[in-house]
Amino acid sequence: MGITFRKETFRDDFTFRNSPEHIRRFPFPFHEDSYMYAVNIEPHVVGPKGSVLENLIDVDEHYVAEMQDRALVLAEDPLRCQSLPHMTLAGWDLLELLMEQQALGYPEHFTLTRDGDRWRWINRPLGIDDSFTFGDVSTLPYGPMEYITRQSQGDFCILDQRDGNLWMDAGMVTTQADWSLDFDIGMNFFEWHAPVPLAHEKGIFVRALKFLTNIQQGKPARRLNWTMTINPRLDTSPENYHKWGPDRATVTPENVGDKAHLRVELQSFWRLPRSNAIVFPIRCYLIKMDELVTQPKWARRLHRVIRDLPEELANYKGLTRYRPTLVEWLSRLDDGSPTSAGFGPD
Amino acid sequence: MSTGTTKLDVVVSDVVPVNELVTRFHFRRRDGQLLPTFSGGAHVVVEMRDGERTRLNPYSLMGSPLDTREYTISVRRDNAGRGGSLFMHRQVRPGTEMVVSYPVNLFSLDLRARKHLMLAGGIGITPFMAQTAQLAADGGNFELHYTCRTASLGTYADLLRERYDRRVRLYHDDRDERVDLDRLLSSQPLGTHLYVCGPSGMIGWVRERAAALGWPAETVHFEHFAAPQPGAPFDVTLALSGKKIRVDEQQSLLEAIEAAGVDPPYLCRGGVCGQCETNVISHDGKFIHNDHWLSEEDHRSGCKIMPCVSRFEGRSLVLER
Repeated sequence: MGITFRKETFRDDFTFRNSPEHIRRFPFPFHEDSYMYAVNIEPHVVGPKGSVLENLIDVDEHYVAEMQDRALVLAEDPLRCQSLPHMTLAGWDLLELLMEQQALGYPEHFTLTRDGDRWRWINRPLGIDDSFTFGDVSTLPYGPMEYITRQSQGDFCILDQRDGNLWMDAGMVTTQADWSLDFDIGMNFFEWHAPVPLAHEKGIFVRALKFLTNIQQGKPARRLNWTMTINPRLDTSPENYHKWGPDRATVTPENVGDKAHLRVELQSFWRLPRSNAIVFPIRCYLIKMDELVTQPKWARRLHRVIRDLPEELANYKGLTRYRPTLVEWLSRLDDGSPTSAGFGPD
Repeated sequence: MSTGTTKLDVVVSDVVPVNELVTRFHFRRRDGQLLPTFSGGAHVVVEMRDGERTRLNPYSLMGSPLDTREYTISVRRDNAGRGGSLFMHRQVRPGTEMVVSYPVNLFSLDLRARKHLMLAGGIGITPFMAQTAQLAADGGNFELHYTCRTASLGTYADLLRERYDRRVRLYHDDRDERVDLDRLLSSQPLGTHLYVCGPSGMIGWVRERAAALGWPAETVHFEHFAAPQPGAPFDVTLALSGKKIRVDEQQSLLEAIEAAGVDPPYLCRGGVCGQCETNVISHDGKFIHNDHWLSEEDHRSGCKIMPCVSRFEGRSLVLER
């Protein structure tokens, strides 16, 4: 049985919703009642059936709508997709990875046939059936990275590894939490993380870089990150701040359950075989408060996390303006009873 | 989490003597599937089960990265070594079942380079076999300068000349041919990257001349072939696991730790990647540091050791393992 893809929008009338099954599989990021940075990296291995980790590259009911939203973003701003000249080989690596993983996880929707370097790719949800020569850019309508990331949920950064550092030298970034590929392109790991508060003092980036540069082929890793977004908008980019920044002033006690969304990023890290680069998919999951609190454990825990979040983090994540409203609303769903350990709903 | 690599079950599909010192081994997957794709400069760690003893040695993959039906490595016989190469030469036959690691690349091409200038010495030619194949397939600009002792020991020299013609230049020690290094390094176009693989002395010389001639450090890439050296046996206490072990003459400290059932992470087993770095809790004796990872200060401090290649002589050594 295949996925039923929803017709919905991430802009204007914001018709994005999660089905009840998708609420239960939401990757809730808090395993305890408080939050602080940690190097929370673990092996990216297949997880339980019915979770977002059932396949290493997850495709869900929002796939078609997300790809349509990406196409709209790119039409307005082509610089959301960039690849420096030495990164084409890494783009082919990524095309292979995403085609293989999507075909493996969802054979009813995607089919990849390989005969040497002659490949055929069928993407039924998007109505694509293309034959091309692997390694020959002229046989695809876009460069290899752009071609496949127009057909894959989540943002993708490809990091070149050299001089003991990682360099943001290619990417497709249209569903980002307020950062810009066009600004960061060509920067190294420390440069693009410079704005993050507190973590530098903890030496987190030095350790994280050491870990990432040693990621091995066949052994991907992952971590979760989170923030909040007002309205289910995928494209919260600095370029479009004027469109979404003011939304944060529209939150009221009456609409907070509908407007405030927990935004969770499932970030994974993979060594690419031909280019020796690292690809860093950042998969964004959104859930509105009304949906999230259908799981009482999550409601209690989120209340405690947001209430006790250090000021610097609340500022960095852009929550300051509506935090009191949100905490007040969530507090009514927190009777103070203990929450069970772990991420999942009870 | 461990940063070791995933393992591949392979079978030796061919064994080809190349010259009086070097033999080439071909591996295929036992399940008939394709092997993982790799990039030029990558190595695999080959597990050699020799009776009671297991040796793990890294070898560069020398086939074309475009062909993953098989992996090929070339092993130079080292009669004075710890026996890994002798095991490969004497015991391994077509049909032998072995285990190798996933490929790991610690000697990667910088794909921004306008030109790749490669300097090889002896068996240090092997990573360049794969890198030149990768570059040639994509119209890459490279030039290879290869020094060997004699023409008959010039492993793959003829093949490289046949494939790449004038892009390969050969130098023979017995004919007193030498790379005119300063001239070579002074006449490269902007944007050239330099790669060197061979004996330690050669790597040191090339790095020193490149630095003296103003090459930025980021454009100079090198791979040491620091196989673990044999030495006098010594005893070690592993404090965390509460074990006392003896390191044999032909065994590396890392192998002895593994034989005791303790598994430190590793990638290169050649003293360059830093994964198996181990803290020294106490010692009474002298370290024989053979790695390229720790700083001179670390070596002097006596607080750290790289067990993959370094040894110890003295009364007692206690490690944090």
